[in-house]
Amino acid sequence: MTMAEPRPLTAGPAAAARPVYQIERLSKTYARNRLTALTDVHLTLHKGEFVSVVGSSGCGKSTLLKIMSGLLPPTTGRVVLEGKPVTGPRDDIGMMFQQATLLPWKTTLQNIILPIEIRQGRAAARAAIPRANELLRLVGLGDFAHVYPAELSGGMAQRASICRMLISNPAVLLLDEPFSALDELTRDFMNMELQRICAEQRATAFLVTHSLAEAVILSDRILVMKPRPGRIVEEIVIDLPRPRTLEMINTPRFGEIVAHIRDLLGKEAFQ
Amino acid sequence: MTATPDPNADTVWVEPVALIDRIPRWVAMLALAAVVIAIWDLATARMAWVSPIILPSPAETLADLIFVGQNLASGGYMLEALWTTTRTVFWAFLIATAIGFSLGVLVGETKFGERAVMPYLVAIDTMPKVAFAPLFIAWLGFDIASKVALAAFIATFPIIVSTAAGLYAASENERMLFKSIGASRLQTLFRLKLPTGLPHIFTGLKIAAVGVMAGAITGEFLGGGQGFGALIRQSASTMDTPRVFALILYLSLLGLALFFAVAWLQKRLVFWNKADRPGGVG
Ligand SMILES: Nc1ncnc2c1ncn2[C@@H]1O[C@H](COP(=O)(O)OP(=O)(O)O)[C@@H](O)[C@H]1O
Ligand SMILES: [Mg+2]
Repeated sequence: MTMAEPRPLTAGPAAAARPVYQIERLSKTYARNRLTALTDVHLTLHKGEFVSVVGSSGCGKSTLLKIMSGLLPPTTGRVVLEGKPVTGPRDDIGMMFQQATLLPWKTTLQNIILPIEIRQGRAAARAAIPRANELLRLVGLGDFAHVYPAELSGGMAQRASICRMLISNPAVLLLDEPFSALDELTRDFMNMELQRICAEQRATAFLVTHSLAEAVILSDRILVMKPRPGRIVEEIVIDLPRPRTLEMINTPRFGEIVAHIRDLLGKEAFQ
Repeated sequence: MTATPDPNADTVWVEPVALIDRIPRWVAMLALAAVVIAIWDLATARMAWVSPIILPSPAETLADLIFVGQNLASGGYMLEALWTTTRTVFWAFLIATAIGFSLGVLVGETKFGERAVMPYLVAIDTMPKVAFAPLFIAWLGFDIASKVALAAFIATFPIIVSTAAGLYAASENERMLFKSIGASRLQTLFRLKLPTGLPHIFTGLKIAAVGVMAGAITGEFLGGGQGFGALIRQSASTMDTPRVFALILYLSLLGLALFFAVAWLQKRLVFWNKADRPGGVG
């Protein structure tokens, strides 16, 4: 219903938009070492919203993402996506990790259609090639479809993994520090690309990061997590106008928001 | 002029390159061979430091090389023997690959294999396998079968170990990716773990190629029969050292052929693994 509407320019959380993801009373204790990685997490993602979670390393961000994606079962609580409980990996969830993780024996194009090939077989994968080429053009890799990953730079490989995530038209994108292995210039560029792609695809995205600037520049809302046990301590609405630009990093408002989050996290959390 | 350097001059100097890096590889190899043969010739034919029964001169060895080569080329009894050994090596390698790969997948892919089967395999692997030769002869006779069994037995273990190690080689990220796109266990095995493990598996196959040669010849030494090993033993028992040398050289061609067949297959199948390229022998 909100599909055709433009994103709200000022109000952060698309308050009117339909909830896509609902997480209630979520907790996780790893059976192996009785370690409580998450307690009492509640969160709702709305259609078209970009939400980030920041927190020091080891505070349970990846655990939260793995539970949301159905890779890991929660100890308590429920995770519901598009009205259906998440009980395992699903094709309407797109994931991206810190490493691009492209298979070296497959070309860029073959890597991108891998999820289709695994889920629906070779015929469906062949049928998805035009869509894959379209996605490659979307991320500026149009000329690299038939190249092997060894010949791609780090940034190009991550762009290819964005395509692989988008190929099955997921309802939500779960991103676990996707650009943190890239150098800073590439990373800034990739963040702007991600913003553009999310806007074009009207994607709902959930980003884990330990970069405050990255979180602020991309997000409608930021969730701040604290460790031992991992929990969400505050939600911050980012009221910077969209589309965001890298120049906004130099605005006073941007500085205020970053300072506020840094205060929340305590000085020791980020160098 | 004085030693005052011109501050505006280019600071160019010659980057030193070692002599060995400047000559082609085949030249270096030939040069080494020439030196070794010259010393060999000096020690045997010219100075007679070494008895010809222990070490024949290069010329004697060459004469026997030509004799054996003529026999092989004319389809004589030596060709027959070489053919017997080749068949032994071929079957043993095939059997070792099939059993080694299957057990490797069992050990590398299943908890049962890892926990229950692997300890026994390690125990057997530590035994001196040649000691089983009399058993194989007792079970399978003096024909080719007992040699095939011994050679396969020796060559199976490196393939098991390398296949299992190869299946562990896929990274945590790659496993998570496959899980997140809903891959089944078999899909993960065939589309991720086996391709990722291929370089390891080929390392095992190369070790097995060497092992299968050693096993076949040992079997022929101990169990008689028609193979090249038996020829070598006969020549050695009559102190015909040049003949032994010549036979060993031709035999090594068989080993090299097997090794390079495996290396060639690896290049075709593992085309993406650049780490294996320099040198080509790896
Ligand atoms: N598989 C696991 N088994 C046991 N403990 C784990 C496991 N994965 C993560 N942990 C622990 O849970 C806590 C949260 O980890 P993680 O979610 O990876 O944090 P983050 O992504 O924020 O750095 C850490 O203390 C980590 O050591
Ligand atoms: Mg993490």
